[in-house]
Amino acid sequence: MSEIIKIENLKREFVVGDEVVRALRGLSFTINQGEFVTIMGTSGSGKSTLLNILGCLDVATSGEYYLDGVSVKDISKNDRATLRNRKIGFIFQSYNLLPKTTSIENVELPLMYNREVSTSERYKRAVAALEAVGLSDRLKHKSNQLSGGQQQRVAIARALVNNPVMILADEATGNLDTRTSYEVLTLFQNLHNEGKTIVFVTHNPELAQFSSRTITLRDGHIINDIQNNRIVSAKDVLATMPKEDEQSV
Amino acid sequence: MDYRNLIKIAIKALANNKMRGFLTMLGIIIGVASVISMLAIGGGSKQSIREEIGSMGSNMIMVSPGNGRFGGVRQSASSMQTLKMADYESIVREASYIAKITPTVNASGQVIKGANNTPTTIYGVNPEYLDIRGYVVESGSMFDDNDVKHANKVCVVGKTVVTELFPNGEDPLGQIIRYNKIPMKIVGVLQSKGYNTMGMDQDDLIIAPYTTVQKRILAITYIQGITASAISEEYTDKAIDEMTQILQSNHGIKIGQDNDFNVRSQQEMMETMSSVMDLLTVLLACVAGISLIVGGIGIMNIMYVSVTERTREIGLRMSIGAKERHILFQFLIEAVIISVAGGIIGVVVGVGVSKIIAMFGTPTLVQGYSILLSFAVCTITGIFFGWYPAKKASQLNPIDAIRYE
Ligand SMILES: Nc1ncnc2c1ncn2[C@@H]1O[C@H](COP(=O)(O)OP(=O)(O)OP(=O)(O)O)[C@@H](O)[C@H]1O
Ligand SMILES: [Mg+2]
Repeated sequence: MSEIIKIENLKREFVVGDEVVRALRGLSFTINQGEFVTIMGTSGSGKSTLLNILGCLDVATSGEYYLDGVSVKDISKNDRATLRNRKIGFIFQSYNLLPKTTSIENVELPLMYNREVSTSERYKRAVAALEAVGLSDRLKHKSNQLSGGQQQRVAIARALVNNPVMILADEATGNLDTRTSYEVLTLFQNLHNEGKTIVFVTHNPELAQFSSRTITLRDGHIINDIQNNRIVSAKDVLATMPKEDEQSV
Repeated sequence: MDYRNLIKIAIKALANNKMRGFLTMLGIIIGVASVISMLAIGGGSKQSIREEIGSMGSNMIMVSPGNGRFGGVRQSASSMQTLKMADYESIVREASYIAKITPTVNASGQVIKGANNTPTTIYGVNPEYLDIRGYVVESGSMFDDNDVKHANKVCVVGKTVVTELFPNGEDPLGQIIRYNKIPMKIVGVLQSKGYNTMGMDQDDLIIAPYTTVQKRILAITYIQGITASAISEEYTDKAIDEMTQILQSNHGIKIGQDNDFNVRSQQEMMETMSSVMDLLTVLLACVAGISLIVGGIGIMNIMYVSVTERTREIGLRMSIGAKERHILFQFLIEAVIISVAGGIIGVVVGVGVSKIIAMFGTPTLVQGYSILLSFAVCTITGIFFGWYPAKKASQLNPIDAIRYE
């Protein structure tokens, strides 16, 4: 298996006033293609900061980040934009949908910046992505007409629509009820089975059993990195859940 | 790069924020419209003054006492006593390029008829004054040379004086009015000339023999001016030279000395006047310029704020793969659409407002350069300040732009 992500002594510091917040204090790890990694840790431990750097949205203060063997530092701004557009699907903790914009338009957005995708194909793929997250009946709803969980699912659909090789999800199930979060996890597991690399940030320790590896952060350090050889199928769990649990979110 | 998509994105973004787009446009509309109408007012009054003075005939020549320079103590022209009847007489005798000529004296005061009275100006002239100034006697007749010779107490009055003194529509002919206690008989009424562009009522006057005004009203022997007309327009300059020479020799003024009188043609008056108007136009242009700057700053503000508040949007777009140039192009298109549409509407509104102002009596002239200038300034400001903050935002890290507050 080839290395898709490799970080070496990665540090990220924020200067706030005359104080330095050290969010990441020297992380090193490697993620192979096709891994499903859960990143856990208490609030403020640096999970989002790490994920933003992995998603090429932010740059480390020091240390190295190799994406597909290339140091991200050496990738031009434009090429990083293309990377984000074609290879990475990023799901924000705070969704970050375009306001006053319908679900379908939000999901179409990444493809708008990809001229290889025609108008009709763009629409088809956006509808398919929204169907995959169970929102086919909310295509024309604007962001503010959706519940928090629905917005989260639109954000997930948007991350999937460009068919990325790597999905970075920051609390992608944070706002979903148990059943819907298992549905989303099933989706992720399917993507994982298709060979996609997934990095999944969560608070919820129960979700670790669905991934192949769990990295735990505390105060900007890795305190735990364990492989999971007995991945539980979210689909199976879903099947055992009583139907009555099903509620609209 | 697929510009079609980017144009679509820009139009969608505009459509999603109609109010913001409209408000931004409003700034540009007001900026452009106010500058155009302001300059139209300046241009209009200048043009109509030109036309007016031109229509008065450019062969009129006026002599007034006093010198044209600012040396020594300057007195007001009417209180100077350098012009005498002898000057008038020698011009009449010697000048060959003069068609009509009259000495002038005038006085301001109250004219009374019974219980009615009104302030007005009385012009003491000879009968040739009518032709020189283009006045026409509508009813009755002009006084004649005999009246001048005997300083008869007769006068010809303008329409305004008639309406003030005879509010009930009585026939003014043959009536006696009192000017500074001097009783005068109305022998004629002038045809109305209306207001001139300077807002002066050209019907608010009384014309009487200059001898009457000199002796009975002012009690002076000198004259206050000479008004003449050249035999035709081409000879105006020659007539001026001629009159100047006659007066110089009369007054014993040697070469190199300052004249103690002024000879000016209507032409020169027109030039003086239009230079005054030029000054006024410059002033108006300054006001317009200031409103252009204020408008520009307003546009700048709205554009800047509306782009800055969209830093999050920019960050988000970049996070899903928009390149810097995609962002710039989107915002450029938005700014161009808003600015150009606003500019065009502003031109239409500005021209419309100018027309409306003209309907209310103030002459306006919409000038091409004002349209061009205001349109260019406003749209360029709009485009630049729509583009520049977007440029700055697009240079941020996507995550910093998203977190921007
Ligand atoms: N832009 C920033 N400026 C200053 N400090 C920051 C910034 N972003 C994050 N931090 C700090 O870095 C630390 C890690 O933040 P981060 O968002 O990565 O935490 P997290 O693990 O994602 O927490 P949560 O589970 O609550 O989302 C926090 O202490 C936070 O205050
Ligand atoms: Mg976080």
